[in-house]
Amino acid sequence: MTATAPVARKRSAFTKGQLPKAAPYVILAAALVVGAAVMALIGFNPFGWGIVSAILFTIGLVSLTGITEGARKAKDKLATCLVVGSFLIALLPLVSVIWTVLSSGIPGLLTPGFLTTSMNGVTGTFDNKSVEEGTKVLGGVYHALMGTLQITLVATIISVPVGLLTAVYLVEYGNDRALARAITFFVDVMTGIPSIVAGLFSAAFFFALVGPGTKTGAVAAVALSVLMIPVVVRSSEEMLKIVPNELREAAYALGVRKWRTILKVVIPTAISGIASGVTLAIARVIGETAPILVTAGFATTINNNVFGGWMASLPTFIYTQILNPTSPSNPEPSAQRAWGAALVLIILVMLLNLVARLVARVFAPKTGR
Amino acid sequence: MSKRIDVKDLNVYYGDFLAVEDVNINIEAKSVTAFIGPSGCGKSTFLRTLNRMHEVLPGARVEGEVLLDGDNLYGHGVDPVSVRAQIGMVFQRPNPFPTMSIRDNVLAGVKLNNKKITKGAADALVEKSLLGANLWNEVKDRLDKPGSGLSGGQQQRLCIARAIAVEPQVILMDEPCSALDPISTLAIEDLINELKDQFTVVIVTHNMQQAARVSDKTAFFNIAGTGKPGKLIEFGDTHSIFSNPSQKATEDYVSGRFG
Repeated sequence: MTATAPVARKRSAFTKGQLPKAAPYVILAAALVVGAAVMALIGFNPFGWGIVSAILFTIGLVSLTGITEGARKAKDKLATCLVVGSFLIALLPLVSVIWTVLSSGIPGLLTPGFLTTSMNGVTGTFDNKSVEEGTKVLGGVYHALMGTLQITLVATIISVPVGLLTAVYLVEYGNDRALARAITFFVDVMTGIPSIVAGLFSAAFFFALVGPGTKTGAVAAVALSVLMIPVVVRSSEEMLKIVPNELREAAYALGVRKWRTILKVVIPTAISGIASGVTLAIARVIGETAPILVTAGFATTINNNVFGGWMASLPTFIYTQILNPTSPSNPEPSAQRAWGAALVLIILVMLLNLVARLVARVFAPKTGR
Repeated sequence: MSKRIDVKDLNVYYGDFLAVEDVNINIEAKSVTAFIGPSGCGKSTFLRTLNRMHEVLPGARVEGEVLLDGDNLYGHGVDPVSVRAQIGMVFQRPNPFPTMSIRDNVLAGVKLNNKKITKGAADALVEKSLLGANLWNEVKDRLDKPGSGLSGGQQQRLCIARAIAVEPQVILMDEPCSALDPISTLAIEDLINELKDQFTVVIVTHNMQQAARVSDKTAFFNIAGTGKPGKLIEFGDTHSIFSNPSQKATEDYVSGRFG
């Protein structure tokens, strides 16, 4: 009378002794409830609630898994919790920054004329009026946006040839000679130079060369290129290094000269990495404040000549608007302009990163059949 | 369009290390010569000295003479680039340029040197070279596709097409089939047989059947031990090397008793 038919079981032998799939969610809900209760005892705040719940969830999940599934699975769950927790903690400031800038910056950015007017002629009287009578905030970032774009463009024009050629020397001709090792060492040192020091260097250089008090966009561009060159050298060097030696040998074996091989085989193969490295270097210097303050000064008017006169830039615009509001008695309009400028700057950097990805994709070696 | 190579008293060094010692060999024009021998015995190193690719590595140098139809490759003032334009090379692993299409890979020797070429002449050269490498029928409809999308055997034949497009006197092949399957290997061996009508071919191989199949003459290299220099043990007609070698070491090697 023994049953030969397969026994209808709820779970297969292989999944026996496992926590049901819904268990983590149940534990999470329990952890949130208990966390809220604990926080209610010592004074509720959302941040503490999150931390306490996360700890409770980890303890609960790990111990339950340990009881039902064994020690190995428990360690696995603990590691998963730690990794995810670290990720969330790393994400927190980023989300917070973007949220703050967006919420404070959008009113400024959406004010009509914000991107198309400068601060020329905008005085405290207008700001007081806009606060008292609710009229729109006058003034904009056009001059600073133009200044940032021009200064960064000139800095890029200086840095990319210098940086790329240095990288070519290091990888293709350096052969680990004393000079190559010295360059590598000094490039590493340059990477760590505080940006204000780069600004002071450039200012002092032009004071000696042109005359005391020389403050123009070009001086700022030189300061930025001091910061940019090591980044460009480093990233280009890494990219050139990973070009397989076989490609160089293939070109040599066809009777191609070394410089042509570098120009037409090595650099085209590495160009996508080099281009995205350059774009990231630009993104790195576009937000520099201190070196621009000491080299290009601060302007409230449009100046499209990088070789003459003080120039505004987005970071210095933010700095001065916050520190010296146009109307000291009513700083709100200035703060609104500063946040708007910060949002513009973040959008610029984001666009640059997107461009870097696009460039990398366009230049990447082609695949497909 | 092919020249003979005569090597006299050639020593090859990596820095201070003597890698290959005292090679004397005469390679006939329009013939296939195979280099065989155990790993690390210096066959590839010696092959690379025949078109001055050896010195691309830092510290590498040679002593002695390599004569291409009587002209010393290592003579005073000889430009290695002009040597390599006459003596082409195919490498162990297929290495088409990843940024270039199939067509541009074949034309690489022309285009990378910025030589002027009309579109008609370029088309003719591409077709002739790919036909010469037995690849034309497989790729003629996708010449503008990237070379890296081909199979390994096709890529290697593309590299051969690229090498013969510059119309060299000699083609050196460094284990051209070691990364390929038997069918691709057969395609390349057939190709080598056709190439010798026009070019002098020198091939390094680990596969003794392959050496026996494709070559007119065979050179056996051996090494006395680690740290010792490689030497040319025996050089002669392929048939006599495999059936009636004069040296004991050659006989041991070709009969599979060691190595």
